[in-house]
Amino acid sequence: MPPKSVADLRVAALISVGKHPSSGRARRADQDARAVEMGLGLAPGGLEVIHAGNPNETVLRDYAGMGLNKLKVIEQSADADVVPALSEYLSDDCPDIVLTGVRAESGESSGMMAYLLGEKLGLPVVTRIAEIRAITDGQAEVLQALPRGQRRAVRVALPFIASVDSAAAPARQSAYGPAMRAELEADSRGIEIKDEVRAGWEENPARKRPKRLKVVKAKTAADRFKAATAKATGDGGTVMRDETPAEKAKAIFDLLVEEGVLR
Amino acid sequence: MSDDIIRRDPRAEWIARNRLHPLHDAMKQAGAAEVRGPSGLIRRNPHAVGFIGPNGIKRIDRLNGNSQAGGSRRAAAKTVDLPLHRVETPDYYIAVVPDLIGGRLTAHDKDVLGQAHQLVSAAGGAGAVLTIVFGDIREDSFDKSGVDRLMQFSGEQFEGYAPEARIAALEHIEKSLAPKFWLFPDSVAAGFELGCRLAARLDERPLTQAWQVGPETTLCRGAGGSSDITRPTQRLLLLAPECANPIDETRHEALAMEAVELGATEGKLSDLGQVAVDPNSVALGEAEFILSAGNGVSNWDNFHRAAELLGATEGGSRVVVDDGHMPRFRQVGASGTWVTARVYVAVGISGAVQHLQGIGQCDKVVAVNTDIGCDMVKRAALSVIDDGDEVLTELMKLVQEYRQLEVTDAA
Ligand SMILES: Cc1cc2nc3c(=O)[nH]c(=O)nc-3n(C[C@H](O)[C@H](O)[C@H](O)COP(=O)(O)OP(=O)(O)OC[C@H]3O[C@@H](n4cnc5c(N)ncnc54)[C@H](O)[C@@H]3O)c2cc1C
Repeated sequence: MPPKSVADLRVAALISVGKHPSSGRARRADQDARAVEMGLGLAPGGLEVIHAGNPNETVLRDYAGMGLNKLKVIEQSADADVVPALSEYLSDDCPDIVLTGVRAESGESSGMMAYLLGEKLGLPVVTRIAEIRAITDGQAEVLQALPRGQRRAVRVALPFIASVDSAAAPARQSAYGPAMRAELEADSRGIEIKDEVRAGWEENPARKRPKRLKVVKAKTAADRFKAATAKATGDGGTVMRDETPAEKAKAIFDLLVEEGVLR
Repeated sequence: MSDDIIRRDPRAEWIARNRLHPLHDAMKQAGAAEVRGPSGLIRRNPHAVGFIGPNGIKRIDRLNGNSQAGGSRRAAAKTVDLPLHRVETPDYYIAVVPDLIGGRLTAHDKDVLGQAHQLVSAAGGAGAVLTIVFGDIREDSFDKSGVDRLMQFSGEQFEGYAPEARIAALEHIEKSLAPKFWLFPDSVAAGFELGCRLAARLDERPLTQAWQVGPETTLCRGAGGSSDITRPTQRLLLLAPECANPIDETRHEALAMEAVELGATEGKLSDLGQVAVDPNSVALGEAEFILSAGNGVSNWDNFHRAAELLGATEGGSRVVVDDGHMPRFRQVGASGTWVTARVYVAVGISGAVQHLQGIGQCDKVVAVNTDIGCDMVKRAALSVIDDGDEVLTELMKLVQEYRQLEVTDAA
C-alpha cells in the first residue's frame, strides 16, 4: 500500500548485479529487487533506479522488466570503488529516500554501502527495513526486520537511506518485453576512483569451513565416557511440587517477565 | 638369619579369619596391615577393600581417588577454580562490542571474545580485552568468557534501537583509549550494524565475515558467502560465527571501567518500539518464545488461548502431532524442527531423547508435568509438578492482570 499523502515523493533504488547462491550465475540481486519493488510501491512516478558499473550488463534488464521505463547507469569499470561516484551523483539532487540492499551478492559483500553513503551525504541510515508504513510531514515510519521474525517501528526524517531486508515484500516477476524496451541511460561524466586496496587481495572460491568439534577436556576416561554418553540435563533447576497452582503459575510468570518474552 | 624366619601366630590368623570373633575388629584396626598366608605370601583381604555407599551397597573405587570421589560430581565440577588471568596496567586495549541478546552473551559473542584473546597473544604485551555493553546486563559469567575490562553504558538514550547514541559512545572510546582492534560479531543482531556504522564514521575499511584471523592476513567470506578473500588484517573486524574457540580455561577480572557521561545525542532516528507480530507466523525454528504441548495436554482450547495470550509460538511433541492436534510443521524434535527459542515452556511433555535433541539450544526450559521423575524435569530450569491445564489457567489470569495494569499505567 503506497502511502498516498506524498504525491511528489522521489525515491532512488540502487541496484547491483547479484549472484545465484548455488549456480553462481549472475542474476537480479534478491534484496535489490525487493528495494525496487518497495520503490515502485512508494512512488511509481518518482522512482529512479541507479546502477554504477557496466552499462552493457544484461542482468540489468531483469530489473527493467519489473516495469521500469528507464535505468540510470553510472559508468564505472569493474575495479572501481562505486561509492564516490554514487555519492557525487546523489548529492547533486538528493532524492527523499535512497534504498539499497543490505549486502551485495558479489564482490566484497561488506554491507558498507548504505553507511558510507550516509556518512558522505550526511543522511540518517535505517538498517534492514521490511516496509515503509507511512510518510507524513516529512517523517517516515518504517518497519525494521529483527531476528526471529520480530519487527520494530522506527521514525526517521526525510531524506534518509534505508537498506532493504529479505523480509520485505518479494519482487514481482520480470517481464521480457518491457525489459527489452526499457532504456538504459549510460552516464560517463562522473568521477571514477580505482579501488587500489582491493587489487592486492586474493579471491578464491569459498573453502568449506571445518566443523567445530566438541572437545571434552576431562582428566579421566570415566569422565570422558560420562560426557560422551550423558543425556542433556540442565544445571539442576528449581522444582516446585507442593505449592498451590497459583503460586506455581506465578513462578512461571516471573520467569517470563524476567526473560523479557512477555510483552 | 633368624630375621628371615617367618613367625606365624595361629591365633591371630584364626581371629583374622573369623569375622564373628569378638576381637576381630580390634585386631584388624590394630594394624594388621599385612596378613601373611601359610606360605609367607602377603594376603589381601578382599572384604576390606572399598566402602559402603549411601544406599548400603559396597562401592569400590577403582580410580584410586582420581575421580572426584565422595561428594556429588555435579557439586565438585562447580568448585573447580580456573586460573585467574590478570592484566594490571594494560599496554593497549582490544575493544569487543557483543550483541548481548537479552542481556546475555551469545555463543557468537563468546567466539569473538576468544578471538580477541588470540589477537592479544599474537601481539604480545599486556593487552586487555575491553568489552563494551549497552543497557541492562543479565550475564553472570563475564569473567569466564574472557572479559578483562567491562564498560557499561546505561541510560535511556542507549535503550532499544539507539545506533546514534551507541556510535557516539564508541567514538568517544576510540578517542580516549584508541583500542588496537575493534571486534564485532557479524550477526543479524546489532553487531553488523554497529560495526559498519563505526567503520564509516572512522573512515576505516572493515573486514567483514572474517573467519580466520591471523596477525598479518585474514580470510573473509565475500560475494554472499561464495568466495574467500585473503586480505591484510585491519583494525576493525566483523567476525563470522565460530571464528575462534571461546575461552574456557581461564578466568578474567571483568573489572568495571567508568563509562563517561555523554550528553544526549541528537538523533535523527527515533525508536517507536517493537511491533506485535502474530507469533504463529514466525517460523518455529527461529521463534523466541515457544509454548509446547505434549501428550499430557487434554484441553486444547485452553492451550491455544494460553499461547495467544502469552504471545508465544505454538509447538508440540510428536505424539500430539501424530494424533492430529497440531500440524506437522509444529513438531519439535529430532524428526521435526530444531528450535532455538530463548524460553521454551513444555506442558505435558515427558522429554524423550528425540524431543530433547530438538530443544538442545534453548536457554531456559520450563516444564509443567505431573510426573516429577520425567526427563523434561531434569532438563528444565524451572519445573512445576501439577496438572498442565490448571497451571495454564492460572498463568492466563496473571497475564491478564499484568496486561490490564500496563494499560492503566500507560493511561
Ligand atoms: C525415530 C523417532 C523419531 C522421533 N522424533 C520425535 C520428534 O522429533 N519429536 C518428538 O517430540 N518426539 C519424537 N519421537 C517420539 C518420542 O520418542 C516420544 O514418544 C514423544 O516425544 C513423547 O511425547 P510426549 O512427551 O508428548 O508424550 P508422553 O511420553 O506420553 O508424555 C506425556 C507427559 O505428560 C505428562 N502428563 C500427563 N498428564 C498430564 C497433565 N494433566 N498435566 C501435565 N502433565 C501431564 C506425563 O507425566 C508425561 O510426562 C520420535 C520417536 C522415534 C522412534
